[in-house]
Amino acid sequence: MSNLRFWASGLLLVLVGWLLGRLVSNEYAFFAGYSVLQYILLATAWNILGGYAGYVNFGTAAFFALGAYVSVALNKLYAPPLPVLIVAGGVASGLVGLLMGSLTLKLRGVFFSIATLALAIVSQAVITNWEFVGGASGAYVLRPRQGPLGGSYIEYLFYTMLVMAVAAVALARTIERSRFGYGLAAIRDDEAAAEASGVPTLKLKLLATVASGTLMGMAGAPLPFYVAYLDPPSAFNLAYAVNTIAMPLVGGTGTWIGPVLGAILLTVVQETAMVTISSAANLLIVGLLMVGFITLAPNGIVGMVRKIREGRR
Amino acid sequence: MSSITISHLGAGYGKVRVIQDLSMEVRSGETVALLGTNGNGKSTLIKCVMGLLTPAEGSIKAEIDGVTHELAGMKTEDIVSLGIALVPEGRRLFPRLTVEENLTIGAFRRVARKVLPRNIDFCFEAFPRLKERRTQLAGSMSGGEQQMLALGRAVMSEPRILLIDEPSVGLAPLLVKRTIEKIAELKHEKQLTVLMAEQNFHQALRIADRGYVIVHGEIAFAGNSAAELNENDLIKKLYMGL
Repeated sequence: MSNLRFWASGLLLVLVGWLLGRLVSNEYAFFAGYSVLQYILLATAWNILGGYAGYVNFGTAAFFALGAYVSVALNKLYAPPLPVLIVAGGVASGLVGLLMGSLTLKLRGVFFSIATLALAIVSQAVITNWEFVGGASGAYVLRPRQGPLGGSYIEYLFYTMLVMAVAAVALARTIERSRFGYGLAAIRDDEAAAEASGVPTLKLKLLATVASGTLMGMAGAPLPFYVAYLDPPSAFNLAYAVNTIAMPLVGGTGTWIGPVLGAILLTVVQETAMVTISSAANLLIVGLLMVGFITLAPNGIVGMVRKIREGRR
Repeated sequence: MSSITISHLGAGYGKVRVIQDLSMEVRSGETVALLGTNGNGKSTLIKCVMGLLTPAEGSIKAEIDGVTHELAGMKTEDIVSLGIALVPEGRRLFPRLTVEENLTIGAFRRVARKVLPRNIDFCFEAFPRLKERRTQLAGSMSGGEQQMLALGRAVMSEPRILLIDEPSVGLAPLLVKRTIEKIAELKHEKQLTVLMAEQNFHQALRIADRGYVIVHGEIAFAGNSAAELNENDLIKKLYMGL
């Protein structure tokens, strides 16, 4: 896809989303749509480190929940407008990414993954014991009735998430085609060789971790308003980590479109299952889909499409 | 002008010492062969020069265009930025990236990026096979082609000094010969200073000006010409059991 076409379709998507929103009167559509967009954002963020550089992060929930809890804390103190909370959440999670990265990025492969899992557990323990943001009993956040742009507040959250998701995908695509992206791809394929070729591996990995963490924090910042009640077990839910790994894998890692496709597919399937079958079936479905894709289409939807195209030629 | 002077180098892994009190030099414009059988410290020496391993003692000085740099303790990316490139043992390409992408990553260095298109053309001219396969994944090529790509990738960083670790590993005899000839050709066209670690001493000595024989991490013999090395008793003993 050419640059012009990509940006045009991105803009078009935002416009169409907005127009559709105008037509829809059922609030549930915004709740479901928000969930899809939130996962597009999270999966894209994960893919910057996990897909491009090959470093599997199990700590999505930590970055995501941190963004949410920064929101809770700031809202309690000053109640600033949502964009400010999003920036604050992003900065906080980006800083945690920087700190965690500088501590753990010298570890390779599975050791890095274990360290990220530990981060999620440690940060959950910290939040659970922090009374100011509700501690173990959780925090109630009053969702304003009206959004600042007219319409309901959930509609406003939906548009905010739409803009963030499109921006994140654009950022991921830019990274993929830049020198930075080439460097990450080299790290993924053979880190020692990348280093010997003069790729500043540690610097690039840190940058990727910060970018990934920042986006995850931004994704979490509106969460308290979306759920209205936030407690540690739900904010740090394992489902966030599992889903953000499963989505790029199902869609195809290493490309910007992969996590988008995976996020749409998995969220829609899960939402449908939650409404029709049972609210507990969603992770089971993710697990089954993941097993299916890993055995039948290890390169995800993108890899499958590529194969079919090449077969035709 | 570009040269390397190594003095009293000691290095190893953990408590194991691989290199002891090793001194040698590669003068500007030379091709120097580092000879020795497996496990004598050739690769360890090369890793020290590239900053992939920090030496325990001694110094590695690189002189490039009149400026002398101490490489011991420097980061690899900065050493590459000085103009020193490595063709690693076993090639170590990026198997899931295309030929062209592999070459592009070779030009990560700031100076190299400016002349990237010219150097890509140079590589495609020097290795026509790579041009044919520019969109193919590097991992799907034959061993000989991969060795050509590894050489090309190193040249992409616009180096002054080229380090080559065991270029003959895993190649058929005919390809070894061709690879060695290509190295001489690249050296001539890019006016490089070359340090090459190699077990196949017959092939290495075809293009080397001088050579060092390294045994148990020490220089056992320094030959000032290929002929001197060919005549050497130690080499006959090490390689031919005579």
